[in-house]
Amino acid sequence: MGTTASQLGKDLLSEYQRFSELLSKEDRNLTSVPMEKVLSLPELKSNPFRKRICHVFSTSDMKDGSLTFEDFLDLLSAFSDSATLEIKSHYAFRIFDFDDDGTLDGGDLEKLVNCLTGETEDSRLTPEEMRQLISNILEESDIDKDGTVNLSEFQHVISRSPDFVSSFKIVL
Amino acid sequence: MERDSVFHTDRLGAPRNPLLDQLPSYQSLLYRRKPSASGSTMRRGSSRTRLGSSSSWKWGQTTVARQHEEKHRTQTLQRPVRELPKPMAEKRRDKDQRLEQARDLSSWSQWRQSTRRTLRRLKEDGFEMLSNLELWRGDIHVIEGMFGTGILSYFSFLRFLVLLNFIMFLLMFGFVMLPIITAPHASGNTTFNHVDGSECSNYPSTSRRGLVVFHQHITDLLSGVGFLEQTYLFYGYYKVETIHFPKFTYNLPLAYLLVTIAYLFLSLIWIVKRSASGFKRKLVQDEDRFQSFCNKIFAGWDFCIVNDSAARLKRSSLLYELKTDLEEERIKQKIADRTQKEKCRIYLIRVILNLFVIAVLAACFYSIYIATNFSQKAQMTKVNFLLDLIYEYLPSIVITLANFITPLIFSLIIQYEDYSPAFEIRFTLMRCVFMRLTSICVLLVSLWGQITSCQEGNCVCGYNHILYPCWESRVGQEMYKLMIFDFIIICAVTVFVEFPRKLIVDYCDCGLAKWWGQQEFAIPQNVLEIVYGQTICWIGTFYCPLLPAICTIKYFIIFYIKKVTLVNNCRPATRPFRASSSHFFFLAVLLIGLALACVPVTIGIAQISCSQACGPFVNYTTSWEVLPRTVFQLPAGARTFLLAISSEAFAVSLFVVTCLAMFYIIALAGAHKRVIDQLREQLVMDGRDKRYLIQKLCQAQRTCAIRSTGSGSQSHSSDRVSPS
Repeated sequence: MGTTASQLGKDLLSEYQRFSELLSKEDRNLTSVPMEKVLSLPELKSNPFRKRICHVFSTSDMKDGSLTFEDFLDLLSAFSDSATLEIKSHYAFRIFDFDDDGTLDGGDLEKLVNCLTGETEDSRLTPEEMRQLISNILEESDIDKDGTVNLSEFQHVISRSPDFVSSFKIVL
Repeated sequence: MERDSVFHTDRLGAPRNPLLDQLPSYQSLLYRRKPSASGSTMRRGSSRTRLGSSSSWKWGQTTVARQHEEKHRTQTLQRPVRELPKPMAEKRRDKDQRLEQARDLSSWSQWRQSTRRTLRRLKEDGFEMLSNLELWRGDIHVIEGMFGTGILSYFSFLRFLVLLNFIMFLLMFGFVMLPIITAPHASGNTTFNHVDGSECSNYPSTSRRGLVVFHQHITDLLSGVGFLEQTYLFYGYYKVETIHFPKFTYNLPLAYLLVTIAYLFLSLIWIVKRSASGFKRKLVQDEDRFQSFCNKIFAGWDFCIVNDSAARLKRSSLLYELKTDLEEERIKQKIADRTQKEKCRIYLIRVILNLFVIAVLAACFYSIYIATNFSQKAQMTKVNFLLDLIYEYLPSIVITLANFITPLIFSLIIQYEDYSPAFEIRFTLMRCVFMRLTSICVLLVSLWGQITSCQEGNCVCGYNHILYPCWESRVGQEMYKLMIFDFIIICAVTVFVEFPRKLIVDYCDCGLAKWWGQQEFAIPQNVLEIVYGQTICWIGTFYCPLLPAICTIKYFIIFYIKKVTLVNNCRPATRPFRASSSHFFFLAVLLIGLALACVPVTIGIAQISCSQACGPFVNYTTSWEVLPRTVFQLPAGARTFLLAISSEAFAVSLFVVTCLAMFYIIALAGAHKRVIDQLREQLVMDGRDKRYLIQKLCQAQRTCAIRSTGSGSQSHSSDRVSPS
């Protein structure tokens, strides 16, 4: 209890197996998996937010999005069924905060919508529709009317969103 | 101050003021993800409010503040470390801190904490084990990965219905069939209903005698007559009055009636409980748009999708949904700008079209009525095998045809009524629901019309005992036929329509393939199908006690059929069905079905005299009569209590008290809403105040700085003004 996990318990085995599969044979002695390998996981491969997820959960000093096994466990725990709404909304806020400034402003929201709808030109909303959409979102969620959504406003909106818990879930 | 989160941009456009970084609200939003042990970040406790780093509060960290902190920490219930959004290393440090703090407490509180922790862990393990036992967990996970949570909600709804039917079957079996079966083994003495020889209790046997041709067995199996009629399947077989076990007597008619009421009640409570969470959220969202945009954007992506093509489809469906919603907003704006003349014209059109809809519904109901009467008359004479079967199944065929044609008509005429797109979908759906569920009631009404009409006008036994010596079994047979036919249609449509369609679309390049397109899994129609089957089950269980078991098996098989057709033949709907509103929609439709099912069951129990020739209620005029008779046999105290509860005085006073409670709650909700609006305005004002004050402060600092650079002697005053 409290010591570094030098002995892995049985229940961690399946997650550790998935994690160590990502490491190729040469760099077995590395403790953290580079971001490209993490992005090759089938659960993350088709996710438009995969790069953001890696950046958010990574604790590496070089900010390159590489994950240690503990970061991987953090990721799975935040996306699991038993994580509370507060944890999920906290991490969702950080994932959606593309410029890492602690609030969701218009630029963040625009990037978010483009991630959701698609990367190509014809699968995006027109600029006018984007403006209408962003103004609607801000009208619904910005309580103090400062033009950005901060964490408490985000959590408030999420607590009234019935789909969030069921969609913010990754199961290995 | 050590900081790794980056606040590069400043919304005010001025260079960042260190004052802003010391605001308590900002401190609680800081991101800290330093894995190495950083002594400066002394995280205090793990209560909800995260107090700021102490290094920036050098002058704020007085003893008063620290005492307040400690009190706050011990007062608030410490949330488990697992529920904190921190990286693993920090959680471990928190856990060590807590253990150290726990050591300072007395042994009593230590023991209390540890028991609380073990109990919580036990509960979580229990829940996890229960969820592992869930039926079809792996299959549903696969479907979720390929198609998303919209279609997933359909399959979990199906799973819920399987469980509900199984529990209903257990109830019926345990309280009605089990005593009869175990009576001989448990040395119980069964008294049967005595036949008093009057003409009402004459029940000619319908079992076939002599050489029976094979296809007659099939007819019997498919329509519930012949050898199936005198089995546990139908009401007529339960001729038991009481069973005298060694220790007690078991009143079977009372048990039969109470189990019927119990399963209706149980279904109601279970459905309401299941829909409570969804309904609460719908009630809270009292704004016009129900926060749909935020819900679609923030909770829009299903993180469980693992398939590339599914991801692409999800993206396109999200795009379509957003475009539709934005367009709907524009249409709403247009509707609000309508002139008086246009409004009158549109209302007139709507009235005419609604009359047309009512006419269509009336025509369908009338055809069901005619078909039922014809089928009943034709069942008296046997022509040949195939024609007999068609006459037996005529009501079911007419109902299925009506349910096939009317949605097409409805979706055609709704285009002329000029509603907003979302309302169009919902309204068409409501019409289809109404059509489907009311057709069963029309069938039953026409059946009852036949049963209670005799040649001489007034029936001697209260029902037509010549044609229907055991009318409950006949009603049970009609319900049985409806259920079997429904199942056959679902299988036949899958095998003969959906699979060929997939083959045509894949291999044939003709115009037909292009026009028809690949099958879409239309959730609303599928849900209506299974709710229709469940309504039949609820109505029919009183007359055919084994119907829940048949329904369980039917839904079990339908799950696999639907899964196979979904995986092989279907693509996800381009018109996406949101999981949350669909969850609420499914349970709302199911509740409508339950409400509609209660009406025939109540009328059958309380109004129509039960048959004197078969069944457990031979000695009573109506099935309901067994309850008052039992109540009168109870001891005096219980009897007066029950009579008081069912009296009018009690009902009226209960109604008045409920109304008062409702008015109070409505007033309370109104008051809360006003307070919320006031607080919102106050928040906006406070935000503006804050920005204004900070602007002023920045200006003041800048003028001071300018003055200080101008005259170097005033440099130390700027130090005083701007804290480090």
